[in-house]
Amino acid sequence: MDYSAEKLNEEKVFKDPVHRYIHVRDRVIWDLIGTKEFQRLRRIKQLGTTFLTFHGAEHSRFNHSLGVYEIVRRIVDTVFVGRSEWDQEERMLSLCAALLHDLGHGPYSHSFEKVFDLDHEDFTKAIILGKTEVNQVLSRVAPNFPKKVAEVIDKTYESKLVVSLISSQIDADRMDYLQRDAYYTGVSYGHFDMERILRVMRPREDQVVFKQSGMHAVEDYIMSRYQMYWQVYFHPVTRSAEVILTKILHRAKHLHEQGYSFKHMPLHFYSFFKEDVTLEDYLKLDEGVVLYYFQMWQEEDDRTLRDLCTRFINRNLFKYVEFDPAKEYKKLAKLSSLFEKAGIDPEYYLVVDSSSDLPYDFYRPGEEEERLPIHLLMKNGELRELSRESDIVDAISGKRRTDHKLYYPADLIKENEEILKLLES
Amino acid sequence: MLKDHAKIIHAIALSGEVIGRKKLQKMIYIAKKMNFPFQERFQFHFYGPYSEELTLRVEELCNMGFLNEVKEKKGGYYQYRYTLTEAGEEFLGINNVDMPLLADCLVDINNQNARFLELVSTVLYFDNLPKDEVKEKVQTVKKSQKFTDEEFENAYQYIEMLKERTQTSPC
Repeated sequence: MDYSAEKLNEEKVFKDPVHRYIHVRDRVIWDLIGTKEFQRLRRIKQLGTTFLTFHGAEHSRFNHSLGVYEIVRRIVDTVFVGRSEWDQEERMLSLCAALLHDLGHGPYSHSFEKVFDLDHEDFTKAIILGKTEVNQVLSRVAPNFPKKVAEVIDKTYESKLVVSLISSQIDADRMDYLQRDAYYTGVSYGHFDMERILRVMRPREDQVVFKQSGMHAVEDYIMSRYQMYWQVYFHPVTRSAEVILTKILHRAKHLHEQGYSFKHMPLHFYSFFKEDVTLEDYLKLDEGVVLYYFQMWQEEDDRTLRDLCTRFINRNLFKYVEFDPAKEYKKLAKLSSLFEKAGIDPEYYLVVDSSSDLPYDFYRPGEEEERLPIHLLMKNGELRELSRESDIVDAISGKRRTDHKLYYPADLIKENEEILKLLES
Repeated sequence: MLKDHAKIIHAIALSGEVIGRKKLQKMIYIAKKMNFPFQERFQFHFYGPYSEELTLRVEELCNMGFLNEVKEKKGGYYQYRYTLTEAGEEFLGINNVDMPLLADCLVDINNQNARFLELVSTVLYFDNLPKDEVKEKVQTVKKSQKFTDEEFENAYQYIEMLKERTQTSPC
């Protein structure tokens, strides 16, 4: 029997707090979930350091990946099936891409990628195309199937419709993480009527469009996204934890380069320090391993590494003030020299962090924004860009909001009046 | 501390003037592929390698008054020109950027036309694939551009030339 069409004898279900049940009937999907590379996602938190702000946010990328798969499954099996614009041959490809889209995420990806110049999407591709269990399963579908899955995730697959299911301004990835992150953080934002959105989705050659009658549900989704970014994802306390985490990695790398003799050898980090990370090394690193090192490095002789790790483990985070880089960059230079004078290394203890989000963008001819806008399908069959029909979306379209904060260790400078005065000015 | 901002200002200072957001994106992407240490991450969007982070950075630098952005109507669309302001020069004076060889590289890229840079950057995006597959892939994802064999050959020669020039880069 054709492996891609093979069904399990009985449908398997995963109980899920967001979608109630995640249904698996396809053998390929069941086999993929059982691979060690996919199981590894259980050991990587979806929201990194957010659990230090919202204690419930301990959910993993495993949960989210199953959720994205379930949304795409509902779309292709109940909304798109039988429609002339949808090629049923793309069903399995869409499901696999949805399930595996975050496969290459490592522990605390944001910080690791910044410090070690990595890109989780490269690792997603490497896992799908390399000598892995995931590749073995996908190759049983067809020899070129792993390549196709990688292309969908890389957004270079020829069918833009398939790509847009997991990567567009309204896609299964975002629909899952907004609801899931809202649930686990316990905030009241992030909720919208997904069932309604799915019911009004229609496939078109290049993208998914939405029947005009579902516009208010789409508006609600855009506003949820806007609120979640500012209330949860860019929370200043979470960013403080991430600043410290990033500085720990920088410090460990720097010490290694200087020939420092670690009491606790960072074996799992060597290839990261050399920026020559093999897939095997990458897959060995999960959050458990990283936190183990941070725990052990609290006993290092290097004062900076010891202090930063102790802060992270015990949630003794940096404080922050608002910072305007345009007006205050000279003040930053002055603060930096005062920190040095006080024996506090500004490279590790005086950090500007910026967050920015564009809640929704429309297409501007001739520009390179390249965000495909959301289109409404009008009753007369015409397509209209969302912000032209919705006053609410129009109000926030194309408006980027940016926030800069200056982070510092309040406990180390509490008696330095010169620094305090300048920080408060 | 604002090193990544300084690198972009430095790139525009070296280029003199950059005409077009698309061109700026391609210039930084190609320079990054030549191992110059720009931190902005690029992904393949619908029409080629594109960095949301770079868009944001440039927008911020304009708001900060370090870059000057002039919007001008050209045919049916708008075009943007970027130059350094006096405040930008002053900022660079405080935040020194050391990227030898970048000037030579960027000035040359800036002199190429947008279509050619689109091809060069897309070829570089797929540089992990064998040469014949790259061509096939570029022709699939950029069907409407109808790049010719000669253009592909020129793109490869250009990439080789850039690599030779930047080979001795300390980055």
